[in-house]
Amino acid sequence: MEGDTLSQLLQVLVNGLAVGCIYGLIALGFVLVYKATEMVNFAQGDLMMLGAFMAVTLIGDVGMPWVLGLVLSVLALAVFGYLLDAFVLRRVLGEPQFAIVMLTIGLGFIFRAVAGLVWGYDPRSFPTPYTGESLRVGGVVVSYENLAILLGTLVLCVVLFLFFRHTRLGIGMQATSQNQLAAYYVGIPVKRVFSLVWAISAGVAAVAGILLAPVSLVQPGMGFIGIKAFAAAVIGGFGSIPGALLGGWIIGVSEQFAGVYLPAGFQEMAAYGILIVALILRPEGLFAQIQRKKV
Amino acid sequence: MRFLFKTHYNQDIDHLKHGGDRFWYGLLLVLVAAAPAALDTFYLGELNLVMIYAIAGVGLMLLVGYTGQVSLGHAAFLAIGAYTHSLLLGAGVPFLFSLVAAVLVSALVGAGVGWIALRMTGIYLAIATLAFAMLTEQTISRAEWLTGGFRGLAVPQPSLFGMPLTEGWQRYYLTLALLVVTLLLALNILRSSTGRAMVAIRDSEISAESVGINLAVYKTLAFALSAGITGLAGALFAHRLGYLSPDAFTFLISLQLLLMVVVGGVGSMRGVIYGALFIGFLPQLLAIARDTLPPQIAQAPGLEPGIFGLILVLVILFEPQGIFGRWLKIKSYFQLFPLYRRATHRRQKTYLRTERLR
Repeated sequence: MEGDTLSQLLQVLVNGLAVGCIYGLIALGFVLVYKATEMVNFAQGDLMMLGAFMAVTLIGDVGMPWVLGLVLSVLALAVFGYLLDAFVLRRVLGEPQFAIVMLTIGLGFIFRAVAGLVWGYDPRSFPTPYTGESLRVGGVVVSYENLAILLGTLVLCVVLFLFFRHTRLGIGMQATSQNQLAAYYVGIPVKRVFSLVWAISAGVAAVAGILLAPVSLVQPGMGFIGIKAFAAAVIGGFGSIPGALLGGWIIGVSEQFAGVYLPAGFQEMAAYGILIVALILRPEGLFAQIQRKKV
Repeated sequence: MRFLFKTHYNQDIDHLKHGGDRFWYGLLLVLVAAAPAALDTFYLGELNLVMIYAIAGVGLMLLVGYTGQVSLGHAAFLAIGAYTHSLLLGAGVPFLFSLVAAVLVSALVGAGVGWIALRMTGIYLAIATLAFAMLTEQTISRAEWLTGGFRGLAVPQPSLFGMPLTEGWQRYYLTLALLVVTLLLALNILRSSTGRAMVAIRDSEISAESVGINLAVYKTLAFALSAGITGLAGALFAHRLGYLSPDAFTFLISLQLLLMVVVGGVGSMRGVIYGALFIGFLPQLLAIARDTLPPQIAQAPGLEPGIFGLILVLVILFEPQGIFGRWLKIKSYFQLFPLYRRATHRRQKTYLRTERLR
């Protein structure tokens, strides 16, 4: 009996971590853009949705191999992110935060409507090489879909870490996020760096969408989990990449636990409740980025 | 151009600055008062809805446009006002008292949210209000013993001093009176020291604090005022809906309220009215546009939010001051003719605005 509760606990934990990874990946997109450009992208969840739909078209309709479809969808979204910044978001740089928030919310609505026009509102899916199988460790069942999410997140984070730590462009991005003007003076093409950050962020969103697709079906409204990812980003401090992932895990795990051990309704409320409690206790997030200016 | 010769200090803060203002606003008042005689029931109902939106917009504008605090969750206050009012009416409380109670309950909740929000700025505040709205929506749909959940809650018929308010024109005059009162209240607050403190907080928290404005008090007050006024709009909105359910107060409604404020023109009370007219008659315009569009596009579900989004994006990119800002430009073009220069209204940007240091 004791073992059953333990394995149930572990099962819930694993499911929570997998969901948390998706939140974390979307939150990662928020954080990358915020760190570099101080813009908050409310359309991140919808970029994820667009990435998933690209994969539906390429893998499901055209019939490409899964890996090729993945790479092409991520590239397509990256290009889209680059163009989005170059043509739309650059124009509001330096405007009050409020304008940017409203702009990205508006963009999210447009993406959703366009996706509805192009792909329809019926839930879609595409074949993956790993659908339907599962791994058994002790009493815990880990489906390959969840395993793919966990591994994919891990790989993506390592790649991003190496990129930001060891490439010229990555270091340039870090410099830009610390001080735009100084970065511009030492010859970093700040505008292009901003657009590239948007490209990376959109690409990460596409990866999240493609990993999530086998678990929850692809439909225009799937971007709404972006709001929960927001909670993850805020808990993580909105400027910290490990914080975003940790925030995602906290939200994901507590949501799953609330779903299993608490009455109905608490699962949906868990993310927002934690967010509000976190904001009350530590308004600057677990990994603080904002310092108070001394006058 | 008109040059005002001021003979009294109070002329600086008059609501109506000169004879022209008095004439045009007087005419407007006569026109809206005479509207029930000229309009049929449908358009009267639509105008009623526009005025309800305008009341909510005044509440949101006080917060967003004048105190500089973004709220993505004002639908929650609308919901709290609507549910409080209907529940109290159902329990037999007289109309006026339940209306006041709806305002007070919303204001109290708003003060609570404002108090929590004291520690946050900018984006954190926006997200916290969003989370608050989501929580409210969930709570309403789960607390079935009180609100009926998704089964809904029937709103009792309103009656004032024993006279049932069932006719369209009665509701119209009720809303109109409340709108005028709300507008006057808001405008008077704005020209008092409270309102000036709010504007100071919007423009710079640090400098407001340095001249002795208590940020905590005024921010909480702004939230409470805004929530109370929005709660009043919610109570009226409940009668308009006739049947309350949680999906009448979603994120889309919060967004619609913000859209109204942005499209109308952030930082002006006239903008609220323009925005409300815009939001109120947009569905009609869309319905007309649908007849001309090809059917594959026109019949697509979810088109309306997409168009909302498109308008929001276009307004923020090309006319951040909204309809009111455009009106000011047109007016100064004619006032200064032929000397008008575009540069007069050019926006100043600060490229190094940062929130990490504050």
